[in-house]
Amino acid sequence: MGRKITFQQAVTEALVQEMERDKSVVLMGEDVAGGSGADGEMDAWGGPLGVTKGLWGKFGDRVLDTPISESAFVGTAIGAATAGLRPVVELMFVDFMGVCFDQIFNQAAKFRYMFGGRARTPVVIRSMIGAGFRAAAQHSQCLYPVFTHIPGLKCVIPSTPYDAKGLLIQAIRDDDPVVVFEHKVLYTIEGEVPEESYTIPFGEANYVREGDDVTIVALGRMVHMSTEAAEILMKEGIDCEVIDPRTTSPLDEDTILESVEKTGRLVVVDEASPRCNMATDISAMVAQKGFDSLKAPIKMVTPPHTPVPFSPVLEDMYVPDAAKVAAAVRDVMGHKAQAA
Amino acid sequence: MIHKLTMPKWGLSMTEGKVVAWLAEDGAEVDAGAEVVEIETEKIASGLEVPQRGILRQVSKIGEMAPVGGLIGVIVDGGDSQAEIDAFVAEFQASFVPEEAEEESASAEPETIEVLGKTMRYLKRGEGGDPAILFHGFGGDLNNWLFNHEVLAANRAVYAVDRPGHGGSSKDVGSATPDSFKDTLAGVMDALDLPKAHLVGHSMGGGVSLDFALAHPERTLSLVLIASTGLGPEIDGGYIDGFVTAGKRRDLKPHLEKLFADPKLVTRQLIDDVLKYKRLDGVDLALRTIADQFFPEGQQALILRDQLSKLSVPTLVLWGAEDRIVPVSHAEGLPANIETRILPGAGHMVQMEAAAQVNRAITSFWE
Repeated sequence: MGRKITFQQAVTEALVQEMERDKSVVLMGEDVAGGSGADGEMDAWGGPLGVTKGLWGKFGDRVLDTPISESAFVGTAIGAATAGLRPVVELMFVDFMGVCFDQIFNQAAKFRYMFGGRARTPVVIRSMIGAGFRAAAQHSQCLYPVFTHIPGLKCVIPSTPYDAKGLLIQAIRDDDPVVVFEHKVLYTIEGEVPEESYTIPFGEANYVREGDDVTIVALGRMVHMSTEAAEILMKEGIDCEVIDPRTTSPLDEDTILESVEKTGRLVVVDEASPRCNMATDISAMVAQKGFDSLKAPIKMVTPPHTPVPFSPVLEDMYVPDAAKVAAAVRDVMGHKAQAA
Repeated sequence: MIHKLTMPKWGLSMTEGKVVAWLAEDGAEVDAGAEVVEIETEKIASGLEVPQRGILRQVSKIGEMAPVGGLIGVIVDGGDSQAEIDAFVAEFQASFVPEEAEEESASAEPETIEVLGKTMRYLKRGEGGDPAILFHGFGGDLNNWLFNHEVLAANRAVYAVDRPGHGGSSKDVGSATPDSFKDTLAGVMDALDLPKAHLVGHSMGGGVSLDFALAHPERTLSLVLIASTGLGPEIDGGYIDGFVTAGKRRDLKPHLEKLFADPKLVTRQLIDDVLKYKRLDGVDLALRTIADQFFPEGQQALILRDQLSKLSVPTLVLWGAEDRIVPVSHAEGLPANIETRILPGAGHMVQMEAAAQVNRAITSFWE
């Protein structure tokens, strides 16, 4: 069996291997080194959860601590990308992106289109998403649908250590702006990851599990809730297929449609707020392009339309879990029983 | 006498398998080597052969899962009573402890050696006897032998090696000349301390083994060429090109399906495993370099057919009758010193698709 490492180690390894391979790769962000002059090991932060810990000692000035001014340093990274570097900029929590929307939406995403296809902006923006850390409403959101909405941005949501490394390396080598959303609860999960560098192309969904009865499409942490639900449902005789699109832009519509064509039933699980999220987007796509395959109405499993609660009890109720996914699957299966 | 029929271990990651069909009825008399049960793993399905002649008693029901090493049936040769058989099964079930995944992997873990400055990965099974080396084909790895390795290693040490540019070996193939690959094989034997070995090569691994045997007959105990290159100019250039260039599941699938007579054997897991390999840094360049060197313009470049009559080591040629990559006609009209078997109903991956026949042919050839 291959070597097992954590999601967080996979992210770090991708950064190290790309920095070793390509001198134009630089890191920027708040506390990514952890105080100017720290040796990168001792008292360095290495980012809020230590993903870049130790890199300052290895790469020195290519790991840049920035002031707490997101619009300034994200803008700097985007500018540096147009001028030939491949910056990987870390913005601690996706919740803070609002202060630098102009740099991302109006600048990075538009350069290739507005300069006649002649500008490249190979910037990667890494950020943490998701609830489950008791971190309240301003540090727990899943804002990837907002970025998926913008033409010109590529959006990546890894769910496993293997995908985290391969997708991040692909993001760094990509010539367009890429936003990588890392779910903070997943940092500690372990999985098999090759020691060598590798890439995973954007726009290819992963079959997490094959099954004949229901298609479950899920992203990030929800992939794990969905496989857990599939295990429960297997004992009830319901065979679920779990598909992880891995990137929301580009989105692998073909794989989702191919699966729904086989199963005839779709449940989409999304941790983002329920209005205009990936669940609504994917449901609409399947309703338009795969309607004839459907044997039951599409079901969406999402949090309620509220900010993420600070109360641990309420936060646990807020996040979709395996029981909610399983209930939704039983619902769509039940529809068939009525029809028959 | 009661013999066990247990769940085999096919490939490094297999921990359990499912009995999908019994191919012989409960109570039927079966010959040694007959395939009696169809086993499915998360990666692949294949028939399992019985080791002895006797009466088959099914233990696992269709659809049941069993851990690797678990009892799925027994073969009774002689007059054992039903009570004795029941007691044998009950005793086995009471004492059987499935090996932990961790322990299991520790016992069959691939190792690495340094050969000519490059890392090479191999998996050793079995001990003693005259050693054998299994050499996979273009784009493959040591897992191509998952249905063969254990059976072939019953009486000897058998090393399945990842060739340069493949599997867990170094992806640096230099200019990928035939000489460099011959030298690598010699280097592998040196590093493993094998003065001589039986060589078993599939496809391009066969071509390289043949080239080596012609150059070093003193180190080659015997040669088994399975759907081998090197015996004629034809090869499916579209396959080579498609395998090299396909980057996504949907693009790769039709090419992998050409490898088997039964395209259903190409599971999603198999495609994903090949893609994981192809996406490693350096693999694309390695495959392109090898393809340019060995299969330029959709033809084979290294053809050794006219030297076969000079070949001084015992040689067996095996081929699937429905091979769509290297034509089965290359197995016809070979010199009389070469034993040839064409296996019906199998494609290019004949050692997987007709594993039992291939295993039997090689084992009896070695004897």
